[in-house]
Amino acid sequence: MYTFNFEPVLAGFDKLLLGAWVTVQLSCAAMVIGLILSILCAAGKTSRVAPLRWVIDAYIEIIRNTPFLVQIFFIFFGLPSLGIRLSPNSAALVALVVNFGAYGTEIIRAGIESIQRGQVEAGTALGLSKLQIFRYIIMKPALRTVYPALTSQFIYLMLTSSVVSAISADDLAAAGNDLQSATFASFEVYIIITAMYLIMSIGFSAVFSMIEKAAFRYPLSR
Amino acid sequence: MLIRPFGINEFWIIVMAAQWTIALSAIAFAGGGVGGLLIALARVSDAKWPRLLATGFIRVFQGTPLLMQLFLVFFGMNIMGFAINPWIAAAVALTLHASAFLGEIWRGCIEAIPPGQREAATALGLRYFNRMRYIILPQASRIAIAPTVGFLVQLIKGTSLAAIIGFTELTRQGQIINNATFSPFMVFGTVAAVYFILCWPLSLLARRMEVKFSRSTTR
Repeated sequence: MYTFNFEPVLAGFDKLLLGAWVTVQLSCAAMVIGLILSILCAAGKTSRVAPLRWVIDAYIEIIRNTPFLVQIFFIFFGLPSLGIRLSPNSAALVALVVNFGAYGTEIIRAGIESIQRGQVEAGTALGLSKLQIFRYIIMKPALRTVYPALTSQFIYLMLTSSVVSAISADDLAAAGNDLQSATFASFEVYIIITAMYLIMSIGFSAVFSMIEKAAFRYPLSR
Repeated sequence: MLIRPFGINEFWIIVMAAQWTIALSAIAFAGGGVGGLLIALARVSDAKWPRLLATGFIRVFQGTPLLMQLFLVFFGMNIMGFAINPWIAAAVALTLHASAFLGEIWRGCIEAIPPGQREAATALGLRYFNRMRYIILPQASRIAIAPTVGFLVQLIKGTSLAAIIGFTELTRQGQIINNATFSPFMVFGTVAAVYFILCWPLSLLARRMEVKFSRSTTR
């Protein structure tokens, strides 16, 4: 019969907390930059310049149809042969941004498409500038519509970020790998790490629903 | 160490490794199909305990990384006295993972069937099994096809993580070839291309079915 031994895990718990903090930072940074990239790409997809639309479409399809692990290997091991050398942590961030951007673009685009044409025309009639229309008439209600999809994509991004441990970035999963090779209490280490990820995803869900209640208090138009 | 160039042989070794990716995906999809149906049925059940258990199962598997699920099954098997076997660990972990996700997808599809259908079936004297078998599930399965194919893409991509616990599928084979040839750009480019060829048609299919379905239901 196997006896569980959590002592070595608890002894190294500060390292795990540090790793969890890196995971949170990495995910939040990737989401913010990835969201900007998504909005730019979604705007680019409405462009009249066809090659721009093709490039964005190709980017989305390639990222969505290849595994994140292969993307990060390509960025971390493959790009140096083009002269782009990144540290594990920056390669992790770049990979997460590029990955989130592809999914985010589709989500934002769905939100923009949910805005009725008449809304934009009404904005033009009121004399709003193009930027004002994009910001207040298109983006704000669109973000509200897709908010649930965006937040679950973020949770998914945070869980996916555990894969960056494969190139030994400093995230929670990597902290777990270090701890398990130092203590050999593999199962115990990964039970704790898994529980920490679960707590983080429940925590982020709670925070996001609080933000939703605060940010989208104004009544729905429909 | 002798570094050999990345040639046509290396290319074929990588392409052939896709069979293990396909096999692992097929096993997880089949197992996940059975598990997912059970989870979905438990999730919409009238009884409290099956519903709570299924909800908990889904929450845990959707709230934790697939990589950690793989590690836990991999090391958990060792604890329970089985020999460590990456192939079995990957198949078990991905099956559980697929069960949770398919269970949640199919729950939504079952709940999308208007309650009148169920009431009418009950009024006709159909008990639970026949009601599900002949009334609810056939209708729900029509809605389910597109998101299920979409999840299959996610599952195929997910099998790449089995490389980390040492199962030699497409990604792991790429790593091995990369260690021998040290041409990561070519190697991982090839690996990505093979995944793309596997996944892209499925993504297109899922999208087409979604469009077709929404057109047929909006009328």
